[in-house]
Amino acid sequence: MQSKLFNWFKFSSPATFYPLAGSIARFSWLITLALLAVGLYMSFFVAPTDYKQGEGYRIIFIHVPASWMSMFTYLVMAFWSILGLMYNTRLSSMMTQALAPTGAMFAFVSLWTGAFWGKPMWGTWWVWDARITSELILLFLYLGYIALHGAIDDKRRADKAGAILILVGVVNIPIIYYSVEWWNTLHQGATIKMNDKSTMDETMKITMLIMTFGCWAYTIAIAMQRVRNIILEREHGAQWVRELIGEKA
Amino acid sequence: MKARHQRLSLIVIGLAILGLATYLVLNALEGNLSYFFSPSQVHNGEAPKDHVFRLGGMVEKGSVKRAEGDLTVNFVVTDNNKTMAVAYTGILPDLFEEGQGVIAQGKLNADNVFIADEVLAKHDENYMPPEVAAAMQAGKEAAAK
Repeated sequence: MQSKLFNWFKFSSPATFYPLAGSIARFSWLITLALLAVGLYMSFFVAPTDYKQGEGYRIIFIHVPASWMSMFTYLVMAFWSILGLMYNTRLSSMMTQALAPTGAMFAFVSLWTGAFWGKPMWGTWWVWDARITSELILLFLYLGYIALHGAIDDKRRADKAGAILILVGVVNIPIIYYSVEWWNTLHQGATIKMNDKSTMDETMKITMLIMTFGCWAYTIAIAMQRVRNIILEREHGAQWVRELIGEKA
Repeated sequence: MKARHQRLSLIVIGLAILGLATYLVLNALEGNLSYFFSPSQVHNGEAPKDHVFRLGGMVEKGSVKRAEGDLTVNFVVTDNNKTMAVAYTGILPDLFEEGQGVIAQGKLNADNVFIADEVLAKHDENYMPPEVAAAMQAGKEAAAK
């Protein structure tokens, strides 16, 4: 074990992770600002008008990254949940807890912007088709996790209960992703395909990817900041936290 | 076996069972999760009779007829196999046009015409600037000649 070049387990301790999270957060904020500035400028001024939808299609530059992030964040939470259950590490559970509000926000943004796009394009704000309904369930899973975790006073038990809820909900992710292929839905199929040529103009695609990486960096930055607060809150009895707070007070 | 391996196998088995259960449920629900029926399915009698359902397909080129004086529109929905006549009174969404996907909600009348009380446009997954769309259209017409 110890012959490894780099000992990852060193950072599974909240005390050593706390300063590292701080530097990751600062670095990620810089990337977020840069990418979102470029991405938003391209979204509004560089990307060409769509041949059918006109300017209204530009909402995809926030809708699609938000939807992707809402699904991806959930997978990352499931990853930390498995680590938490397996190794009983406190930090894994703290990471799950730190990601949840951001995932919920992205799920909400995805549904909200989708409704704004749906009204002029489809002619309706909302329909109960498979894609949209499963995304709504994802939002409820996030909210359910936050509520469950908050409702249990013993944080170690809350971590376990939350991790199990997250793992049960993970079946929803492939359902969201493949819903447009498995069933007839009002929602259109995937434009960006993993193993096929995507059906989108290059500039539009690049803009969307820049926005996606921007949202990605944002998620890392905000989750790292949040995990620092969670560490301080939950480790408040520890010597190093007292020293840290004592220094600043 | 270490305790953490035991826990990991428990998680893996749990997820596998959960995945299998979900698969079976989705398999059983199959058709019920579809948002609409295609004209072929309606012709095969898969759509409910005397009952509201949704019909989806493409608006056939040259089939849209607007009535004089009111908002009634008649058009034909096709899936390139079977077709279905639709009548609708009301305001159509912006993206509604011939050759474009559409989903109508309503029921069949005695003459086998689908009387819609809601029409939604179904967008496809293609995004491109108008110049490209025009060039592609021109290319298609040249190829057809």
